[in-house]
Amino acid sequence: MTRELLKGNVAIAEAAVRAGLDAYFGYPITPQTELLEYLSQRMTDLGRVFLQAESEVAAINMVYGAAATGARVMTSSSSPGFSLMQEGMSYIAGSELPCVIVDVMRGGPGLGNIHPSQGDYFQVTRSAGHGDFHPIVLAPATVQEAVDFVTLAFDLADQYRHMVLIAADGQVGQMMEPAELPPMRDRNRPEPDYALTGAAGRERRVVHSLHMQADEEEAFNLKLQKKLKQIKKTEQRSIEYFTEDAELLVIGYGTAGRIAYTAVEAARERGIKVGLLRPQTLWPFPVQRISELADRASGCLVVEMNAGQMLEDVRLAIGGQIPVKFYGRMGGVVPMPDEILTAIEENYSRLQILV
Amino acid sequence: MVDMVMAPPEMQVVYDYPDSLTDTPTSYCPGCTHGIAHRLVAEVLDELGLREQTVLVSPVGCSVFIYQYFNLDACVAPHGRAPAMATGIKRMLPNHIVFTYQGDGDLVSIGAAEILHAAARGEKITTIFINNAIYGMTGGQMAPTSLPGQKTTSSPTGRDIVSTGNPIRMSEVIAQLDGAAYIVRRSLHDVASIRKAKKAILTAFKVQMAGLGFSMVELLSSCPTNWGIAPETALEWIEQNMLPYYPVGDFKVRDDVKAL
Amino acid sequence: MQKEFLFAGFGGQGVMFAGQLLAYAAMEEGLEVTWIPSYGPEMRGGTAHCFVVISDKPIGSPVTRHPKVAVAFNLPSFTKYEPVVAAGGLLAVNASLVEPITSRTDITQLRVPATQIADEVGDLRLANVVMLGAVLTAYQALPLDALRRALEKHTPEHRRNLLNLNYQALARGAELAAGMVQSA
Repeated sequence: MTRELLKGNVAIAEAAVRAGLDAYFGYPITPQTELLEYLSQRMTDLGRVFLQAESEVAAINMVYGAAATGARVMTSSSSPGFSLMQEGMSYIAGSELPCVIVDVMRGGPGLGNIHPSQGDYFQVTRSAGHGDFHPIVLAPATVQEAVDFVTLAFDLADQYRHMVLIAADGQVGQMMEPAELPPMRDRNRPEPDYALTGAAGRERRVVHSLHMQADEEEAFNLKLQKKLKQIKKTEQRSIEYFTEDAELLVIGYGTAGRIAYTAVEAARERGIKVGLLRPQTLWPFPVQRISELADRASGCLVVEMNAGQMLEDVRLAIGGQIPVKFYGRMGGVVPMPDEILTAIEENYSRLQILV
Repeated sequence: MVDMVMAPPEMQVVYDYPDSLTDTPTSYCPGCTHGIAHRLVAEVLDELGLREQTVLVSPVGCSVFIYQYFNLDACVAPHGRAPAMATGIKRMLPNHIVFTYQGDGDLVSIGAAEILHAAARGEKITTIFINNAIYGMTGGQMAPTSLPGQKTTSSPTGRDIVSTGNPIRMSEVIAQLDGAAYIVRRSLHDVASIRKAKKAILTAFKVQMAGLGFSMVELLSSCPTNWGIAPETALEWIEQNMLPYYPVGDFKVRDDVKAL
Repeated sequence: MQKEFLFAGFGGQGVMFAGQLLAYAAMEEGLEVTWIPSYGPEMRGGTAHCFVVISDKPIGSPVTRHPKVAVAFNLPSFTKYEPVVAAGGLLAVNASLVEPITSRTDITQLRVPATQIADEVGDLRLANVVMLGAVLTAYQALPLDALRRALEKHTPEHRRNLLNLNYQALARGAELAAGMVQSA
């Protein structure tokens, strides 16, 4: 195993290259810019397509066009730029095209700042454009996981003809960690049956998201929902630590999740029966596993770098079985393990009183 | 359609239905010149033998359904983004022909950034730009190309340039960009103009085939319904009102294009 | 066993590279490691810092409120980070640029005239490597040899002519710290 010390943004970029990335379109924004910078050289060296677009609006529509030709395509941005991509994302969902979009989240709302945040949770899981759909959302906590999720993202995108988001935060993007990259994958694959390649010797193909008759649009939506339902059933992913006998269940993803791990470990040393579930897919949300663990636990603490967005999904998953509390920092502030430890201790002692 | 009227053996077929069009009735109003523009583009694609290697990018506007009328691989871009989508396609298929067909709202207003940057990059695509000085699909609102004083449903007392700004002559603007190889304006108001328009469309696609850069043909078009006048009067309206403000002409014909 | 290092100083003092070098050395030793920079406008002119965590187990949090080691390359960094070093930890200071001495009695202070030594070795830019040599001698997170190998492997092409000077700088920092530790 060859490990390399890689910055998250660069690791995501190189992993995409190795997963068979045909084309990248993007626009600079901190803290994801290294991703674009790295690919500007790497893709050109490999004779593949790289283009710095005039805006995120243009970038996502270039992705839309390239995806329509059957290519493996990616773009990346950070929160304010990601907001601008929502129009194109909705069209891509409506056209059932695969693509990968990376959001290296930063503090907001508005221009906010460039520090790590998870303030886009609602945006990535709920409102990634108008209309009824959810993207598949993967949330890496380490550089290795970011690398692994890129390959997974392209595969899921192709498998479901659906967009896959990688929701990282500024810390995952900027951090260096040893990681092992996958081997270079062969880009040759059969032409997908939707690809626009000029109607030579076959029926013409049309890529669109337009259904003028309400019943036709509903039929399309039913088909899309059926696909999403299937994804919900088969693609929930999460990772657990110390959950066997946990009375208090901590739930956190990405950077908040790995910081919570340190707090949970410290709490265990103090004899507190606490465990951690770290969602790896934010959509589909790991409802099933959380619901199972809630059956055994007596309380839950959600930790996020926002005002409590995933908190709503946890409450839906748990459905009032046990109390669900929240600890979060906002605006680009990364919580320290000791803060989370204090929150764990407080919530745990409250549970002991209840018992 | 061809099969319905069999020409006797001694006679020659001089007017045929282009292979590049489907046999689909269009949704355009009587007297609208979109149909003429479609026909001209289709004839050019047929003549150049490009049908099976072309990808069409539809806009948003009256011509959003163009993908139904052209017998081509096609897609529908978000409003104004056709040049960006076409860029994504062309970069993946550099040896194919990729063209956008956009109205004035799509190209001059919401998509101004995308068309300017596609042209500036010298993107090897062709754009057919339909300028009828009004928003057709949404029912006759003011367009960025509406003329000073022009009455529309959102400028009911006539376009006041003090508050709404001035119309944009987009061909002249784009001609300033080095990436633009061939930028011309033509009109569809009479037969002679239509013939000239077809020649320009032919050149625009040849520019793309030769990989010389961005090419665009602006076509002054009619919208009798939203102008509130009869089809025949609409053609006169183009001549009397649009031509003085939007003169036909060649705004950019690069030397390498002249050499074609 | 987890060890946390904070490196802080002016942009251009090689603060980021010092942290990266340590991270490379840790990785070459088969350890887990995370490196986190301050980024954005801070990099351009202000005080920059990076945070390195080394562990023999998978690393949870890559940040901590009280690092075991803080390395201050300039006065603003000393002022900011002197109070946060964990009790029992090490505060290493570039004594060429930082005059104040910590009043804390629960930490070890290591004062290294790094800029001066770097100048003697032959290049002012080597102050970061002098500091690393001193820090790793006073606080033995990794063998010095691992750092030498990291230098050999990860010095960029256009800086390789400085490789020997780098080894010298590392050795000078280590010597100085060894003397201090003995005399303490």
